[in-house]
Amino acid sequence: MTSLAAGARVATADPGAHLVAKARWRWPEFLLWLFAIALIWLAPSRYLLFNEIAILALLALSIDLVLGFSGIVTLGQGAFYGLGAYTAGLMAKHGIGTFPWSDPLLGLLGAGLVAGFVGFLSSFLVLRGSDLTRLMVTLGVALIVQELGNKLDWITGGADGLQGVMPAPLLGLFDFDIFGRTAYLYSLSVLFVLFLLARALVNSPSGLSLRAIKGNVIRARAIGIPVERRLVVIYTIGAAYAGIAGALLAQTTQFVSLDVLSFEKSADALLIVVFGGVGTLYGALVGSIAFKAMYDVLASATPEYWSFWLGLALVLLVLFARGGIIGLLTALRDRLDRARSARA
Amino acid sequence: MLTILFDGIAYGLLLFILAVGLSITLGLMNFINLAHGAFAMAGGYITVIMVHRFGISFFWSLPAAFIITAVLGAFLERTLYVQLYDKSHLDQVLFSLGLIFMSVAAVDYFMGANQQIVNLPPSLDGRLQFFGASIGYYRLFVIILCSLLTIGLQLVLTKTRFGSRLRASVDDQRVARGLGIDVSRIFALTFAMGSGLAGLGGALGAPFFNIDPTFPLKFMIYFLIVIAVGGTTTITGPFFSALLLGVADVAGKYYVPAIGGFIIYTIMVAVLIFRPQGLFGRVTGR
Amino acid sequence: MLLRRQFLGVCAGVALSFGLSGLALAEDTVKIGLILPMTGPSASTGREIEAAIKLYMQQNGDKVAGKKIEVITRDDTGQADITKRLAQELVVNEKVAVIAGFGLTPLALAAGPIATQAKVPAVIMAAGTSMIVEQSPFFVRTSFTLPQNTTPMAEWAAKNGIKKVVTLVSDYGPGIDAEKAFKEKFTADGGQVLDSLRAPLRNPEFAPFLQKAKDLKPDALFLFVPSGQGASLMKQVAERQFKEAGIQVIGTGDVLDDEQLNAMGDVVLGMITSMDYSAAHDSPENKKYVAEFEKANPGMRPNFMSVGGYDGIALIYKALEKTGGDTTGTKLIEAMKGMAWTSPRGPISIDPDTRDIVQNVYIRKAEKVNGQIYNVEFATVPNVKDPLHGKK
Repeated sequence: MTSLAAGARVATADPGAHLVAKARWRWPEFLLWLFAIALIWLAPSRYLLFNEIAILALLALSIDLVLGFSGIVTLGQGAFYGLGAYTAGLMAKHGIGTFPWSDPLLGLLGAGLVAGFVGFLSSFLVLRGSDLTRLMVTLGVALIVQELGNKLDWITGGADGLQGVMPAPLLGLFDFDIFGRTAYLYSLSVLFVLFLLARALVNSPSGLSLRAIKGNVIRARAIGIPVERRLVVIYTIGAAYAGIAGALLAQTTQFVSLDVLSFEKSADALLIVVFGGVGTLYGALVGSIAFKAMYDVLASATPEYWSFWLGLALVLLVLFARGGIIGLLTALRDRLDRARSARA
Repeated sequence: MLTILFDGIAYGLLLFILAVGLSITLGLMNFINLAHGAFAMAGGYITVIMVHRFGISFFWSLPAAFIITAVLGAFLERTLYVQLYDKSHLDQVLFSLGLIFMSVAAVDYFMGANQQIVNLPPSLDGRLQFFGASIGYYRLFVIILCSLLTIGLQLVLTKTRFGSRLRASVDDQRVARGLGIDVSRIFALTFAMGSGLAGLGGALGAPFFNIDPTFPLKFMIYFLIVIAVGGTTTITGPFFSALLLGVADVAGKYYVPAIGGFIIYTIMVAVLIFRPQGLFGRVTGR
Repeated sequence: MLLRRQFLGVCAGVALSFGLSGLALAEDTVKIGLILPMTGPSASTGREIEAAIKLYMQQNGDKVAGKKIEVITRDDTGQADITKRLAQELVVNEKVAVIAGFGLTPLALAAGPIATQAKVPAVIMAAGTSMIVEQSPFFVRTSFTLPQNTTPMAEWAAKNGIKKVVTLVSDYGPGIDAEKAFKEKFTADGGQVLDSLRAPLRNPEFAPFLQKAKDLKPDALFLFVPSGQGASLMKQVAERQFKEAGIQVIGTGDVLDDEQLNAMGDVVLGMITSMDYSAAHDSPENKKYVAEFEKANPGMRPNFMSVGGYDGIALIYKALEKTGGDTTGTKLIEAMKGMAWTSPRGPISIDPDTRDIVQNVYIRKAEKVNGQIYNVEFATVPNVKDPLHGKK
């Protein structure tokens, strides 16, 4: 606990400097991003898998913003993911060859706007009531959106899925090739940019106020934080992020099926954030890599019973390793620090 | 149409029995136990095994389902759930999700992934006709049994000492403890009872719905809707909300099939917007 | 911009196909990429098809035209984006000569562009929507289409004194397809559809829909639900006493899936359905198929999905024999066109114009035979083509 005490000492001395220090980039972060880029050369045959991981990471990131930092328990992020996917898919399908409708980046913008707008509208539902209420409302909204997706099959293609999604070449130059190289680089870049934004956001004063809200709403209100406004903003941003993740999926796989609206997608992404470490941003990234890796290994061994191991991991996680992977790594680093300073 | 009304009532009452345990544990222990559906599934499978593998009469499987799942619930409560009472709601959601996954996979492993068919006991086969309406004997049986159970539950809650202690603990745990009520024991008993009722509900529902390993996930949403609309501070709340939802769902599908499926979701969202504590809930001192 | 993109695409495709076919010619192993839902709600489809393919290879060996056949099976869990990735990986990394499987329509559609771009034949062994084969010149189907199976039912009903029908289907793509196909044929043959009811896919309670159907007093009730829901549907149908009310229950064979038929119990007896395959089909080929299938997979009865797989791998084998081991995509497709043989379900062939399957459709009744429940065929509609191809 030495480093905690040390941290506390620093905090009482100068909270501002402490927060700035916490917000600085550290070497493991650089390593992670360099590794992600290096994968292009290290494993060229697995671009498609990496693309999937990047998209999943973005969805998990959106959940971390909403849940991890602001404490809003939500099972409905999949609705925004699906909305974004269908928006981008429809833009690419009906705007074939005509700029700007089929341009991928504008598709992202469109998806983000649509998802963010719906998020904004539904954010008011999320403000009221207890955790259970929020859970139910987000789940209910997601189910309604899913039913709508099925019903409005003349727009969405229904159970058959949306066909003919043909995004224009990225930046006019890069075609979406069968190997998935463009797809991966595209998703990775979008993820990186949005990650930087998220990082800046959570370390900003408004972002910090979110953590205060998560900790204790009454106290946050007492010190003058506009709780409702902050929650609406973060919920909208989270929805937009999820929408953009969905758009990436639609554009890189050139197909959208009703699965994107499913509760299972929301649940998967929630699990990823939890595994990685809630409220750490990097938890979303690390979690999605771990999740997919675990799935590959466990599912090929015993495909039917992979959910058993998943459930067991979840139970153990909640009981013993609440911080997720990042939590474990942080604890490890703390222990090493302590050992080092004990020797010194 | 009277027939549709009866169908809706039967469905609603069944939902109530399935969900009441969850309502009480949520209201009492402030614990979001999504895995409640797993107990219902267990009850269903117990019936399947008893009736099909051992040829025991369906009527015996009902108390058996209740007792076995109650014991299971008590065991799990004392060993696992008790460690999570202080943790956040998110943790509880994740924990119970994990339990659902494990139980779904375990059941798949032992019983296979197919739907298990439970046939109606021959004495309850057939329909009763009166006043131009008809109702299946089995549905009638469900209505009668669930109504008796509900009355019994309400009597326990209002007329017994245990019931008043339970209600006190739901209203304000700290004060109740301060008055010397053994809240932990009440938790254990209530959880066991709730799980037992879920198991019984699963057993009763088996001839209707057919049991398969995905039952907890499929039905979770329905239980949650009943509770969200009904509130967690009484059992009359979920009772009426279950009836309302059962009849609305069935009537909706009969009269306006195009939007029938939406109705219960819409009702739920609407109620939660205007009365987040449910139609019948009180805002408690917590 | 459009021209350049098309050009690049063509270049990529040509390069890829040259590369692939060149590689394939050089190899002595022919790899087949089998993408099936082995887990998730459609898992039984995956299981049946995998078992059937294993049986075929066991019966016929794993060598064709001097090449060794290797089947690589991958689980797409029934999700289309995973199907697409698996198809891409199989084609690009494993260099398969053929992709096959596809448990549901969106899964097949997701793989279509891959087949076209890489010029790899894609054999549809399960999915049943008509338009799938039109999405790529490399699609071939050995399963069935819903309209193909439904139209004969409507025809039979109209010819056999059924004038008024209420249809009840699950509210999703295939359900709506079945409803439309039935209505079109039935009304064309002089019948009347009193109402078309749709039940939500995620639906435990059929009671209100069944009650409404019964209240309309039709001559028959036409049903379609995905095979997982057949059991609870039939239970509730029996509860509502349609038989006693004199309403004949008809539908497509998806409702009375052979794999679950026995477990469903006596509630299904008397239901008349139309399908391309019944485990009770009375032919020497089928008797052998069923016996060996049940022996290799104790407790499992072969169903209509399994023959899709069985005949799919048979088609690949036969095509390879015809091309003499040449795995060039276009040559394999040409070889597959017009191929005709006797399958356990009866005589089948691949229509050279549409690449879709042409087969007999049987009208059967659920009856008890030697203590087990089977769909016993009593009428045959020969050589049915999918009625929607060519119509727009």
